[in-house]
Amino acid sequence: MPLLLNEEQEMLQDAANGFLTEKAPVAAFRKVRDNKPADGFCRELWLEMAQMGWAGIIVDEEHGGSGFGYVGAGVLAEQMGRNLTASPFFATSVLGATAIQKYGTKKQKDNNLAAISSGEMLFALAVDEGPRHNPARIKFLAKAAGNGFVLSGTKTFVIDGHVADKLIIAARTSGAEGDILGITLFLVDADAPDIMREHTPMVDSRNAANISVDGLEVTGDDILGELGGGYGALEGILSAGRAVLSAEMSGSAQQVFEVTTDYLKEREQFGQKIGSFQGLQHRAAHLATEIEMMKSAVLKSLKDLDQDFENAGMTCSLAKAKTGQIAQLATKEAIQMHGGIGVTDEYDVGLYFKRVHVAQQMFGDAGFHSDRWAKNSGF
Amino acid sequence: MSDLEKFRAEVRTWLDENCPVEMRDGDITAEGQCWGGRQWEFQSEVQKIWFERALTKGYTVPTWPKEYGGAGLSGEEAKILDEERQAINARKPLSNFGISMLGPALLAYGTHEQKQQHLTGIARGEIRWCQGYSEPGAGSDLASLKAKCEDKGDHWLINGQKIWTSNADISDWIFCLVRTDFDAPKHQGITFILIDMASEGISVKPIVLISGHSPFCETFFDNVKVPKSYGEGNASVVGEINRGWDVAKNLLVHERGMLGTMSPLRGTTGPENLGKFAAEQIGLDAAGRLDDPALRQSIAQAELDNWAYNLTVERLTDEANAGNGLGAKSSMLKYAASELTKRGTELRMDIEGTTAATIGDDGIEYGSLANNWLYNRAYSILGGTTEVQFNIISKRVLGLPSQ
Ligand SMILES: Cc1cc2nc3c(=O)[nH]c(=O)nc-3n(C[C@H](O)[C@H](O)[C@H](O)COP(=O)(O)OP(=O)(O)OC[C@H]3O[C@@H](n4cnc5c(N)ncnc54)[C@H](O)[C@@H]3O)c2cc1C
Ligand SMILES: Cc1cc2nc3c(=O)[nH]c(=O)nc-3n(C[C@H](O)[C@H](O)[C@H](O)COP(=O)(O)OP(=O)(O)OC[C@H]3O[C@@H](n4cnc5c(N)ncnc54)[C@H](O)[C@@H]3O)c2cc1C
Repeated sequence: MPLLLNEEQEMLQDAANGFLTEKAPVAAFRKVRDNKPADGFCRELWLEMAQMGWAGIIVDEEHGGSGFGYVGAGVLAEQMGRNLTASPFFATSVLGATAIQKYGTKKQKDNNLAAISSGEMLFALAVDEGPRHNPARIKFLAKAAGNGFVLSGTKTFVIDGHVADKLIIAARTSGAEGDILGITLFLVDADAPDIMREHTPMVDSRNAANISVDGLEVTGDDILGELGGGYGALEGILSAGRAVLSAEMSGSAQQVFEVTTDYLKEREQFGQKIGSFQGLQHRAAHLATEIEMMKSAVLKSLKDLDQDFENAGMTCSLAKAKTGQIAQLATKEAIQMHGGIGVTDEYDVGLYFKRVHVAQQMFGDAGFHSDRWAKNSGF
Repeated sequence: MSDLEKFRAEVRTWLDENCPVEMRDGDITAEGQCWGGRQWEFQSEVQKIWFERALTKGYTVPTWPKEYGGAGLSGEEAKILDEERQAINARKPLSNFGISMLGPALLAYGTHEQKQQHLTGIARGEIRWCQGYSEPGAGSDLASLKAKCEDKGDHWLINGQKIWTSNADISDWIFCLVRTDFDAPKHQGITFILIDMASEGISVKPIVLISGHSPFCETFFDNVKVPKSYGEGNASVVGEINRGWDVAKNLLVHERGMLGTMSPLRGTTGPENLGKFAAEQIGLDAAGRLDDPALRQSIAQAELDNWAYNLTVERLTDEANAGNGLGAKSSMLKYAASELTKRGTELRMDIEGTTAATIGDDGIEYGSLANNWLYNRAYSILGGTTEVQFNIISKRVLGLPSQ
């Protein structure tokens, strides 16, 4: 099968591009950033996206989704990355939907997938407990008590944690911090009285929260996936997240690069277009080449998720490593090549620099993923 | 089953039945290839058998028309053939400059009679070609070339020097850029001409590289007479006189495409990947990581870059087949492939440390790691330097202005 989008996916791309540039362009993002609505995004816009089938993009049709799979999700994320769209798409429609669809019981699917697809229910995944991504280092405790468990601990950088209706929490039911075994995923109502949520907006105005739980009682029915064997599910969810985040970063990188090359063709200094200076041309040519590499890795990871979900982890790491590096390079070069205006708030390039930085930190940066690749390859 | 799936099944069966097991060792080194030409001697009987079987199917040049010795495959079919061939690690039955460079240019610019003679000779492995582009004064600025070609009525008279002519000493013919008009602007006085290397007045002198002996030569033309025509409709000049630059550029795109789609890390390190090799050589620490953290990081990065590159070759080839064409993006692949190729052997030299740097009394052995490592420095120079590829990408892909 060719490593290209098919016709249907291309149509989705066009539709997303049309919708977002009209309804959710960078100007709309700036409004959200400056007005600071409590949600951190616009609910009406999200419902409109849901009506177009975006909220349930990976959800199968029998649960109200549009069944476009991960390539479809990546296509949307890429356009959102281009437009800096603020929405709960990533946490709910990628992380939440993957968790339920791939690892949920029938009942969990019936209770959640339709509500995800309609845009009514928001999800958040609570994994990390420190400033650097490390999904095995889980201390958050789920202590067996009677028929159920009591949850206590804290989670950081939970995307959309402040608005989510449901939380998926990775907790430790046995073993020690750092062990892969003994991790269990719990699906809980986010507004339970034992859960404290503190909105922690990020430098790119992305919505995140710190979450602390103090003695929340749950039952075995609240487990998502296997007791003690939640790490496998977590890896699957994270892989999906990594690939789609990579698509988002790829969109941001491509957009900022196009804006920059346009600027190089416009701006004059020393009596000529600055794009005629070889010192800039060669950096742009290098970056253009790397952007092609990044695009290939992203598309492959999305396709692998659709075709062989269980074995897509390494391609997703490749995508995340490559996009982390290239999107950062693209945004840094964008600022530098814009000269002084590149560091002004009025120009958009700085917004992309911030967005990519946060996306890069999320679920492992390039160093994390090349380490993962090496370990997986036996060195 | 779609037509392509059917084709895949046929190809698989054909390969299975016809490719000798000895030819399924994944050897893509220069030494392992069948190059063809009058001076060619097969390295083994199976190499000959594999070549001959491929030849009868038209698989030495799968996409060329059947009348010129090819199999007339579409781009998509050729990709399938390649994938299936690589899946069983089979060598290519024939590789040379005729296939990757001259052939595509002749297909675009040659007359039927020119194609009949030269394409068929290439497809059948009978004639080996070399490339007479570069001159001492014309490298990156190829269009400033000066080899002089005068019209003497029934023949052309050529005087001048070429340099870096790969395999000139063992090639049968040379495709050459010569100047036919010294007064015209530099791009408009160049002619593309085909010359028999056995012509009187041609002499070649091998060049010694930092890697030791090499297949590169200086080629001298001293009053070389070249017939105007090799038969009815079969001129020695390809395309129009003074318009050879068009042909030259077309050929360069194919050359970059060829250089850009070789598989870098694999080509220089064998099928084993670098990390595994390093683990064997250096060992692991208590946590199971390579016992050299900085090297480990560089290797992991190179492997990921290599993977992304291979996927990009796949994606851009698919894009080209879907009709959007590869165009100047071949410069991106050429750049990426040559830099990765260098990195591959640099890392291997680091992994093997002082062992690899030891050459012994007989100097640098041909085919050794040190030999490859040194030779690979040339990849970002030959076929247009990295800087020249950057210039092309800036202009043709990004549309950046000239000074
Ligand atoms: C925070 C800040 C504080 C400042 N403070 C002061 C101040 O106090 N007083 C003052 O007078 N100015 C000040 N400046 C202005 C600063 O000196 C200019 O921004 C700087 O000289 C670059 O000019 P430019 O912004 O017009 O970019 P441009 O000159 O338009 O440059 C755009 C891009 O083109 C590149 N470029 C330009 N020419 C060439 C060339 N020939 N070859 C290769 N590349 C080229 C540049 O490197 C850059 O990447 C300040 C700027 C900033 C951002
Ligand atoms: C191993 C090997 C095999 C070869 N095989 C063949 C062959 O078979 N047939 C053939 O015809 N040729 C062949 N070549 C020649 C090859 O194409 C030239 O070496 C190449 O085009 C560079 O030319 P040059 O060596 O004269 O370097 P120069 O053009 O002198 O370049 C010197 C440096 O200047 C840089 N430079 C030049 N122009 C620019 C510019 N405009 N902008 C920025 N930087 C620039 C270059 O990138 C390089 O770094 C071969 C070369 C090698 C090394």
